[in-house]
Amino acid sequence: MLDASEGYTTEDGRKIGGVVMEMKNITLRFGGVVAIQDISFDIRQGEIRAIIGPNGAGKSSMLNVISGFYHPQEGEVWYKGERRPAMKPYEVARQGIARTFQNIALFEGMSVLDNVMTGRIRQMKSGLFAQALWKGKAEREEVENRAFVERIIDFLEIQHIRKTPVGRLPYGLKKRVELARALAAEPSILLLDEPMAGMNVEEKEDMSRFVLDVNDEFGTTIALIEHDMGVVMDLSDRVVVMDYGKKIGDGTPDEVRGNQAVIDAYLGVAHD
Amino acid sequence: MAQSPQATGGLASIPALLQRNASQFGSKAAYREKEYGIWQSWTWADTEQEIEALALGLLNLGVNEGDFVAIIGRNRPYFYWSMVAAQSVGAIPVPVYQDSAAEEMAYVMDHCGARFAVVEDQEQVDKIIEIQDALNQFEHMIYVDPRGLRKYDHHKLHEFSHVQNQGRAAYDEFIGDLKARREKLDYDSTCVMLYTSGTTGKPKGVVLSNRNIIEASKSSAEFDKLGMGEEVLAYLPMAWVGDFIFSIGQAYWTGFCVNCPESADTMMTDLREIGPTYYFAPPRVFETQLTNVMIRMEDAGRFKQWLFHKFMAHARKVGPAILDGKPVGGLDRLKYLLGKLFIFGPLKDTLGLGRVRVGYTAGEAIGPEIFDFYRSLGINLKQLYGQTEASVFITLQPDGEVRSDTVGVAAPGVELRIAESGEVFYRSPGTFEEYYKNPESTASTKDEEGWVATGDAGFFDDETGHLRIIDRAKDVGKMADGAMFAPKYVENKLKFYPNILEAVVFGNQRDECTAFINIDLNAVGNWAERNNIGYASYQELAGNPQVLGTIKSHVEEVNRSLADDPMLAHCQVHRFIVLHKELDADDGEMTRTRKVRRGVISDKFEDLLGALYDGSDEIFTTTEVTYEDGRKGSISATLKVVSAEVSMQQDQKVAAE
Repeated sequence: MLDASEGYTTEDGRKIGGVVMEMKNITLRFGGVVAIQDISFDIRQGEIRAIIGPNGAGKSSMLNVISGFYHPQEGEVWYKGERRPAMKPYEVARQGIARTFQNIALFEGMSVLDNVMTGRIRQMKSGLFAQALWKGKAEREEVENRAFVERIIDFLEIQHIRKTPVGRLPYGLKKRVELARALAAEPSILLLDEPMAGMNVEEKEDMSRFVLDVNDEFGTTIALIEHDMGVVMDLSDRVVVMDYGKKIGDGTPDEVRGNQAVIDAYLGVAHD
Repeated sequence: MAQSPQATGGLASIPALLQRNASQFGSKAAYREKEYGIWQSWTWADTEQEIEALALGLLNLGVNEGDFVAIIGRNRPYFYWSMVAAQSVGAIPVPVYQDSAAEEMAYVMDHCGARFAVVEDQEQVDKIIEIQDALNQFEHMIYVDPRGLRKYDHHKLHEFSHVQNQGRAAYDEFIGDLKARREKLDYDSTCVMLYTSGTTGKPKGVVLSNRNIIEASKSSAEFDKLGMGEEVLAYLPMAWVGDFIFSIGQAYWTGFCVNCPESADTMMTDLREIGPTYYFAPPRVFETQLTNVMIRMEDAGRFKQWLFHKFMAHARKVGPAILDGKPVGGLDRLKYLLGKLFIFGPLKDTLGLGRVRVGYTAGEAIGPEIFDFYRSLGINLKQLYGQTEASVFITLQPDGEVRSDTVGVAAPGVELRIAESGEVFYRSPGTFEEYYKNPESTASTKDEEGWVATGDAGFFDDETGHLRIIDRAKDVGKMADGAMFAPKYVENKLKFYPNILEAVVFGNQRDECTAFINIDLNAVGNWAERNNIGYASYQELAGNPQVLGTIKSHVEEVNRSLADDPMLAHCQVHRFIVLHKELDADDGEMTRTRKVRRGVISDKFEDLLGALYDGSDEIFTTTEVTYEDGRKGSISATLKVVSAEVSMQQDQKVAAE
């Protein structure tokens, strides 16, 4: 069904692979409210895929469908060539999908390092008893995982706050810590829910650079929701545009920018 | 003058010292850098191998003898290795301030005609690509951190580790060449070229020979008995002569270990982890540390505050005397010892200064209170006076003869002379060879006999025989009535207040002195927080009436203390403006080493300067600012002109009563 071999090359020379995730005719309802209506699109290996739309368009619901937190009433989610059944969130995490949240969800009282370490839980296999004794496997695992986490801390340039409790950090840094925790899980798909929301220009620029670098350095596939059109157009390879739960556009930033339905949704239409 | 390399045992270059260190104490740590949360270290033997591999790689890339290699990055072992590797192949390293804007960098790289550059990361690579077209001779760039650079055109761009690997692969082909070039280096060959920051005009390239660097390092190391056991933290800009002398000159001469912080923001944590034994910091760093201690003490409980103030008062009384080995009573000693146990010891550890045996500060005047604070804790903090042209050292304070208002005695091998104009001249083995491609400036600075004009006015203190520096000779002017105008002296007095970050005093050829003042956002911001004063920006805080009131009281205190000095009583500040923006090197208002550029400031803020003298109460102004990424914007504000009370001179006061 899926043609995973097909790919394309971006303008700046990045190789984008085949389809890793495909949404087919997704419809999601909350009681009588239709949040998502008959939407289909795909996400390819190594690309930065954005989902945009005005407030209430259903973007976050879409992200929750991708993550597996919501199970759509209609439609199918295909992931790595298989149809994905309804799952519990921890089962989704095991599939290699990590995310950040629109309203930061970190452990405020824990240090940055400990927060990021929680992202490695999936990689820690020693049992409760071994952990309590802190010998052999448990200790070895901790060292290995700490080494991995330190690389991410270095990558995201948060060395100076390594031991600082998250609660004391400014907003922009918390966002970065959240990204670090998501990266610690070594995801094959990274979901970012409004990574730039509430940031100033400088923080946005930093965050954009990190998103691009993550994609470039680790080859991570990234799906993101974002309000800031400038950021989206600069960052993403392809964009899905939603409005009132429907897909009104899909394509490269340039294609989307020229799409009349998108312009209408964002700028409004004159009612005759 | 003509020291021969025999005096240093035939070690006439930095690469020769490296060979010696690698063979004599190869297993001792030479470099450490904190990376991935762990201190990674390299012994002298490792260092030699790393540098050799890089030198071979440079030969492979076609570096010729006499080529200039620009080094642009923060303090990391890789850049120190790059400098020594460049020297090993007969090239000349030129460290460049990594926070320079692209055009500043373009000037330096064009002036020396650099063919190669070793840079840190994407940011620096981008900057050089931007200016590359204007640089005719520039060819290859080597970067350390590959992040974000994968997609770049790699024809003339190389990763540091790849250059080393290619060097290792071409070992047989080039090792003969490398050895031959290394052996050609002697005392007269150029060791490094450093650009002066230039408070006026374009930066000048100061050429320093191996003789300059090695002699200066050797004698200063002997002066303070530095040994191979020292630990230093390399955190000051690599383009600054001090870092070159401490982290390369003295480190290679004595074989001590250079520690590089994880990032610029972690410097304080790293300082605490390393606990250097030999430490240099500009007054500003000591000032900030002290401010932080005081701010944190205000958060402490009552008992702790009482304990702290009680013992600090005692330390101020007897601490410096104990440090200088002067006689102190038994009871006082016992009390000091208790203080050391409860307060001073832990405080020194927190500051990361617990193991400091020799500490120096220089570059600006340090406030006596700040200086005494550190000395009373038992930290052997001293002052030195130097400049790039002297390979740093002109005067040093010997142990036991330390004062906050002098800069000490002539460093070993240095001769001092004070001209009739009051300007200080020196002659030493460390005296620079020349300004690169600038014979006029060389001739006007260094005379036939090797005497160099420092550009600073000073005199020998009658009591101690130590040198005292008053001000930059060219800044010392005359007021309209002919009295001496020494702006720096007044500015320093103002800057000793934690609330004042910068001050620029005007008064040359005028009747009265006035000033521009920058508040310290840290100190004033903290005060605002404590007093529930809301502010959204630097500008808003700087314009707060209460802040202006505080600054006014500081200015008046300075005026009172100036009134006591008959020489400078007329330099009292009559009016001042608290500026709406911080003076910044990016806007050209300061040098990269944070010295104010008076000319630029008085031109740029001409309207404000006018307002200080035409009797207006406030003035509306718009100023162009440059953001860190080079974009420009502008800010506007209405600023208050504040009048400060001027104290009468003592004799006049008597007459008035």
